Amino acid sequence: MSVGTRHSEVNALFGFAERQFYVYKRYWVWELVWLFYSIVSVLSIGFLASGLTTLGVGSGSFDLRKAQLYLLVGALLWGYLSLVFMEAAYQIAWERWEGTIEYTFMAPVRRITHLMGISIFAIGYGLARTFIVLVVAIALFNLDLSHANVLGAVVVLAASIVPLIGLAILTSVLPLLSPQKGEQMSFALQGFMLLVSGVYYPLSVLPFPLQAAGAVSPLTYALAGIRHSLLDGSGAGDQLPTVGILLGMGVILIPVGILVFTWAERRAKRLGLLKRSG
Amino acid sequence: MSTAAIEIHGVSKTFRRRERGAGAPWWRRQWKDKVALHQLDLTVEAGGVTGILGPNGSGKSTLIRILATLLTPDTGQATVFGWDVAIEPLAVRRHINRVSVEAAFFKELSPWENMLYAARLYGGGAAGTRQRTVEILERLGISRELLNQPMKQLSRGQQQKIAIARSFLSAPSLLLMDEPTTGLDPRSKKEVQSLLAMLRAEREITVLLCTHDMDEAAALCDRVLMMDEGRVLADGSPAELCARYGGAMLEDVFMRLTGKTFEREEEEVGVT
Repeated sequence: MSVGTRHSEVNALFGFAERQFYVYKRYWVWELVWLFYSIVSVLSIGFLASGLTTLGVGSGSFDLRKAQLYLLVGALLWGYLSLVFMEAAYQIAWERWEGTIEYTFMAPVRRITHLMGISIFAIGYGLARTFIVLVVAIALFNLDLSHANVLGAVVVLAASIVPLIGLAILTSVLPLLSPQKGEQMSFALQGFMLLVSGVYYPLSVLPFPLQAAGAVSPLTYALAGIRHSLLDGSGAGDQLPTVGILLGMGVILIPVGILVFTWAERRAKRLGLLKRSG
Repeated sequence: MSTAAIEIHGVSKTFRRRERGAGAPWWRRQWKDKVALHQLDLTVEAGGVTGILGPNGSGKSTLIRILATLLTPDTGQATVFGWDVAIEPLAVRRHINRVSVEAAFFKELSPWENMLYAARLYGGGAAGTRQRTVEILERLGISRELLNQPMKQLSRGQQQKIAIARSFLSAPSLLLMDEPTTGLDPRSKKEVQSLLAMLRAEREITVLLCTHDMDEAAALCDRVLMMDEGRVLADGSPAELCARYGGAMLEDVFMRLTGKTFEREEEEVGVT
């Protein structure tokens, strides 16, 4: 790739993120509403943990504080991951709805740049929103993070971005495959990830086929790693195997995501699915 | 590299849809084929305005979409400045831009934000883009106060002018215009037409203009192709066509060639 082409691609990558920033700025009231929804979703899980004592769960060796942190970490990360999924899938569906999808697809930009631009913005936005929810949760539940190793958690979170980009690209394919039902299909996929990735419970409680599905989900490793650091104080060094698994999954998922997207784009061009009317 | 801007050899495109026949139960749907382009051959030399005239469903938009790399032909080959639209789409995209019948914008964003996005997609940055955008829009009669208003607050004519301005921003060698004046009020229509004439006079550019409007084609085009049901029925300058088929206007030529009136066809055929 020549220097000029590389410069153009970087410009376009920034352009996708910048466009989204302008869109969110314009829809800021909606963003506040969604932030409110994220906060109340996470808080309700936190209060669910607090309420366990009234059900007689908090006796014996049961560590209620730990359970609360376990569930809150799950809720926070799930909020973040589901947001990234939704943003990635919604990009294509939304461009079709706006009628701009043909304009974007005929621009002289490599598809990898387009998809990376979408994913990177979604991840950045998801992290920013999750940070706000985290601050509210810490303040409200007076979370005990004295045993936590924040650096270890951050390292795992950073590594999880790589497979997450691959998953986001794969999710964004769905509206390209089916203009009418693609977005709903991405919600179904999200729901399945929630079921098998150990968001609110350990994988061991699942029947074997679901455990097997959970074992290939990068979210399982991201959640387990972050929980180890925040609940048990695992440091960045201890997290190296988890980081390796996450990066390995990303190395597979990103090219697979791009290949699948390229196939779906060719199919859409063959069948004439890029038009708004489908 | 070829001197031709567009070369098309044996291009066909058929769309398949599943449809329920009259009286058939809801679960029984059959595939139905609609031929949009039928073994099309066409060469457009670089420079000048080539008009494609035809009613809805004649294959005009399908042809534009194939050249814009948004559709792949079922058979045949289409090249733009020597690059194959199906094999080398990125190279083709660097030389083209398109103005469609519906101004494709993020309607909540302002003209400036949409233009900046377009500039970035075509390798430009913020520096210089605002100045160029203002210059182009002022030539189009769009005041700079509108630059920061959401697109949805602008009239259809204003949106279409901004779509044209956006296509100028990337300085394309081939401009694909798919019914750019359809649905515009007479004044906006005239302004867009004079802009196209101005562009033609100022720059080395090839324009492929799809239109329903016979007068527009006669006024702006050096060459006109008449299409119906995916086939080119006639090809020549407006004056040549009128002389060849013995009509005073292009509309008469269309009637002679197809036995149909243009208006009736537009009402009867669905949108392609």
